[in-house]
Amino acid sequence: MRPGLEAGQAAGSDAIGIEGLHKSFGPNEVLRGIDLAVAAHEVICLIGASGSGKSTLLRCINLLEPISSGRICLLGQDVTVPGVDANLVRRQVGIVFQSFNLFPHMTVLRNVTLAPVKALRMPRADADALATELLERFGLADKRNEYPDRLSGGQQQRVAIVRALAMQPQIMLLDEVTSALDPELVAEVLDVIRELAAGGMTMLIATHEMGFARDVANRVCFLEEGTIIEAAPPAELFSDPKDERTRRFLRRIVEAGRM
Amino acid sequence: MNSEDVAGDPPVSYGTGSLSTGAQIAGSFGSTGRGPRLLSGGGRRAVVVSTASTLVVLAALVLIFWLAPGSAAVRHTFFDPADMWQSFIGDPKKGYYSVGAAIWLNIRMFLAAEVLILALALAIALVRMSTSPVMFPFRVLAMVYVDFFRGVPLLLVVFAIGLGVPALRLPFVSAQSAAIYGVAALVLSYSAYVSEVYRAGLNSVHRSQVAAARSLGLSNGTALRYVILPQAVRNIVPPLLNDFISLQKDTALVAVLGAIEANEAAQIYSATVFNFSSFTVAAILFLILTIPLARFTDRLIERDRRRRLAGVGP
Repeated sequence: MRPGLEAGQAAGSDAIGIEGLHKSFGPNEVLRGIDLAVAAHEVICLIGASGSGKSTLLRCINLLEPISSGRICLLGQDVTVPGVDANLVRRQVGIVFQSFNLFPHMTVLRNVTLAPVKALRMPRADADALATELLERFGLADKRNEYPDRLSGGQQQRVAIVRALAMQPQIMLLDEVTSALDPELVAEVLDVIRELAAGGMTMLIATHEMGFARDVANRVCFLEEGTIIEAAPPAELFSDPKDERTRRFLRRIVEAGRM
Repeated sequence: MNSEDVAGDPPVSYGTGSLSTGAQIAGSFGSTGRGPRLLSGGGRRAVVVSTASTLVVLAALVLIFWLAPGSAAVRHTFFDPADMWQSFIGDPKKGYYSVGAAIWLNIRMFLAAEVLILALALAIALVRMSTSPVMFPFRVLAMVYVDFFRGVPLLLVVFAIGLGVPALRLPFVSAQSAAIYGVAALVLSYSAYVSEVYRAGLNSVHRSQVAAARSLGLSNGTALRYVILPQAVRNIVPPLLNDFISLQKDTALVAVLGAIEANEAAQIYSATVFNFSSFTVAAILFLILTIPLARFTDRLIERDRRRRLAGVGP
């Protein structure tokens, strides 16, 4: 019997607890000691330049990348000890990627129901009903029988979010989900994330959308070269950054007209 | 090159020399749907031009055949209607078999080999693509297998299996028919090629698809079966069916073991009656088998493309 995640264990502890996380790709150290605690229902935005380690951090939490050292606790359980069933962990932690990664050979409905049916052994009718309900909630009901390449980028990314939600995860990790979108399509995806936040979903969001981070985040973490330089509520971090490196990054964002 | 180039730039000649102008040939391709550029010369004029061009070429070929100095002898030896019919229906009393009946053995061998090849080749491809250290010896073994059977001529494999295995005088294994050994040889040889086709197909599926599937909590096997393999197979249907068209023909090599398949039946007829028309019959039968498969391949590809463009569910 391999340990998975029990919902009961989450009570009273952090949803995500990370201690001294290091991750190297060969000689290249991408994460250099990350410490982060995320409470249940908290929304954290990770900001920082490309290559600062935001995506790698999210992929480590989802166990898509083996870590070099440190500890990751999800819902009160250490998932970095040997013998943890990664599949059980991933069913509780949804991740959405920058490039959508929908399955091109399946309709929207099948994209959403695949994991519930195959991984959770949910009866097909129940999975269809759940998927239809979620698609309706995010304005995609009329797309259920379309193939992904017939959808706009914004629609594809919303489907990708619905696909992750269909596993009814306790935590959502969003990896620059609007970075690959045309500017006019960004808003519809951000609205979906706002709705999730309002519904109390625990989220860790890597993003370049500073205005959105200011709106939706309980705390914003600024990463540079694999460490969290500064973490604070958005009002504080954006208007009164303490660290020189944070100030420099935000200045560049303002100069680029992105805030 | 001639000035009325209907197909647009650049003027392309398909190399039939003086029989037809380059423009006519390009126009004729326009009506067979080779692509939007060539099609744009289309309409009724293209149909007329292509029909005319086809007739001219055919007439020229028939004329050359008919006027050749040895034409009469060749027609008698290879295309004699009476001999073709006799070899097709066969006559056991005169000592030769029906080529028409013998082709069934080719079809059965082909079907059996195809199923086994698809399974064995996939297994080899998956072993070669595995990453676990435990699998290392099997990876090496699979690589040696593929190198070996791609390098050795199929005919030699047929001989080795068909003559070598019976000589071992093992119980059961050494007591099979020539057709069984033939199928075994075809499977061994073709699996090496087809496993490489699979491997190319699996590699063509982007790694992010694996990440997406695994991130949803799907196991490795489930991700492979429902996400990776369907996309890989879709990408390799044309080369795969190409290999199978080739396999259909290569069932004829089993003749060397004495199995009475179409090629062997034709050989026996020609050796009995001293007329090669039986081989023409076998050739026609093989064509009847392979051409539908080729057209079916085209249709599969086209249907898949259209369905995905139209976005209609299955």
